[in-house]
Amino acid sequence: MTIGLPRALLYYRYQHLWNTFFTELGCRTITSPETSQEILSQGIARSGGECCLPEKLFLGHVHSLIGRCDFILVPRFKTAGKNTEFCVRFWGIPDIVRNSFPEAPLIGYSLQEQIRGNERQGFVRMGQFLGYSSAQSLRAYRMAAEEQRRQDELAVLRQQELFSTEGLKILIASQPYLIHDAYVGRPLVRMLREQGGTPVFADRCERSSCRAFAGSISSDLYWVLNQEVIGAIPLMKEKVDGALLITAFPCGTDSIVNELVLRRVRDLPITQIVLDEQQGEAGLRTRVECFMDILSERKRAHAG
Amino acid sequence: MPGKISISFPHMGDYSAVFTQVLRHMFPQARVFPAPPMTQRTVELGGRHSPDFVCSPFKFNLGNYIEALEEGANVLFQTGLGCRYGYYGELQEQILRDLGYQFRFVCLSRDRANPQYVYQTFRELGCPLSTPKMIEAGLLALASIRVMDRYDYFMRENAGFETVPGSFEGVRRQLLREIEAADGFGDLLEAGTRSRRAAAGIRLDRPENPLRVGIVGDLYTLMEPFSNFYVERQLAKDGIAVSRKMSVWFLMFGQNHRRAVKKSGRYLHHTVGANGVDSVAQSLSYARQGYDGIIHMKSFGCIPELNATPALLNLSRHWGIPILDLSFDSHTSETGVQTRLEAFSDMIRMKKEEEDAAKREPGRGRGFGVHQGRRAGQQR
Repeated sequence: MTIGLPRALLYYRYQHLWNTFFTELGCRTITSPETSQEILSQGIARSGGECCLPEKLFLGHVHSLIGRCDFILVPRFKTAGKNTEFCVRFWGIPDIVRNSFPEAPLIGYSLQEQIRGNERQGFVRMGQFLGYSSAQSLRAYRMAAEEQRRQDELAVLRQQELFSTEGLKILIASQPYLIHDAYVGRPLVRMLREQGGTPVFADRCERSSCRAFAGSISSDLYWVLNQEVIGAIPLMKEKVDGALLITAFPCGTDSIVNELVLRRVRDLPITQIVLDEQQGEAGLRTRVECFMDILSERKRAHAG
Repeated sequence: MPGKISISFPHMGDYSAVFTQVLRHMFPQARVFPAPPMTQRTVELGGRHSPDFVCSPFKFNLGNYIEALEEGANVLFQTGLGCRYGYYGELQEQILRDLGYQFRFVCLSRDRANPQYVYQTFRELGCPLSTPKMIEAGLLALASIRVMDRYDYFMRENAGFETVPGSFEGVRRQLLREIEAADGFGDLLEAGTRSRRAAAGIRLDRPENPLRVGIVGDLYTLMEPFSNFYVERQLAKDGIAVSRKMSVWFLMFGQNHRRAVKKSGRYLHHTVGANGVDSVAQSLSYARQGYDGIIHMKSFGCIPELNATPALLNLSRHWGIPILDLSFDSHTSETGVQTRLEAFSDMIRMKKEEEDAAKREPGRGRGFGVHQGRRAGQQR
């Protein structure tokens, strides 16, 4: 049996969990290829013009998996604890996919983290749906959860090693599914590196600390993914030279949260870059160069 | 706070009459006034100081706040529940402070929207009423919302067929004035009865089988006619009966997400945030009742309604019911909306005529390919 994983949205957060779970059960997993112009156009063709770029990407990736696997994994993420939730886009993703691709065979679970054991139950049900016993599924889930935890810790450690290097360090405060996407975000990271900057990713900072620090910028914030992104700013501000807020057009949660960040963070050079499906490299490059110039001038002035 | 407190709040439809009434009771010494009426200036002010792609209610609210502060308000109210609406308050307060205004911002959003927190806040603001009196004022406001929503529902269904244009609107204006001035349940009861009698006395020229359109979508765009360029009024002018279930009463007591998911006929398996699932469930019920069309309205980029859109597209196809999608932003042009509405009502009128003709003479009027679709829908 083959399970298809769309390389979009929270794949970048849960890939080890999903991959390990299905391989431990004895299924094969395939991941959709890195985003290309073709995948993006398929996604755009299948969603309304007002939908956000990450959703278009997700639909494009689902489309690329149809016919290549037995089931496509499309989970639903609702809440992440008391008073914290995911953007409502994640609540609706399975229904959007089901209505946009009626022929696609889907599998998934619905995450409500404040209910104890909710994730485990979801995975066991998925295992049972695929024809495995609950004991097998439980074992696979435990292995998978452990693997995901280990990989998350590893990513945090690897990022910490970066701080011993020379050069300007720039915190990239962005959702992982934007900045790590090969077509949308990675060109920006490449430009930053070409300019001599070292990118520090918000999603590779310790999650629980980020959530705790987010309150110092915004007390009312209840979107967990945004908490983790903006919490990295106060957490890392001593260690980095500047921060880039990266968002996609028209991201609903970022539209409000980032504006608040730009108005409240005063002790760190910070700017926002909005990515969309029609961006030109030149415009992006100019903005990155400009930001890097300001940072290096600032650093020189402080040193001298 | 030094000096007299003057309380203001943003607009949403004509519910300002109710808010004025309840706040006037709660704070007898304060000056209570709704934000100045919405104009193009409100939209421009709000848009100028808001983030680019935030949903349009944020911009309208912010414009209201700025104009209210210019009028001398020093206490502002905001609430908020689902999706982005629950987070408006914090950013709006920050933007207004950055603009240099001095005020107190009372944000009763999400878990603060409970009776106990509201009670404490009102006491802090200096509400002199005894607790039973406060409860009474609160209940009176709820009853006023009920009276107003019932009248509005009746009016939407019938305003398209009044023989003297403006009769329903006239009764409504009178009712709103009386609600705002009501000091007790007696006044409210009297106002309600009078408006019902007056409405029943309006001469109607209602055809036996009129065109019927259902309206679904996001709460603010539906309930604030300024933000949707008075779509309902225009439909009424075209002689169409309009049904809309969304109202403040519905939001407070009518909505039940679990039931709505069940009623959405497997088009949705889960809630999709705010009122997305209600839009689908209500559309399905309109389709079952044989409505001639549905108008789906939302503010630009409204995530819950966008989540519901693919389901609505399928519903429209299966049931052969036309759905018009309208998105509103602070830049939407009124003419564009009017043109699309006119085209839509012409289209559903022609479709209905053709269907009626087909009923009289079987074999004709298959041009729309609708009949097959509706039969397929009924089998589901």
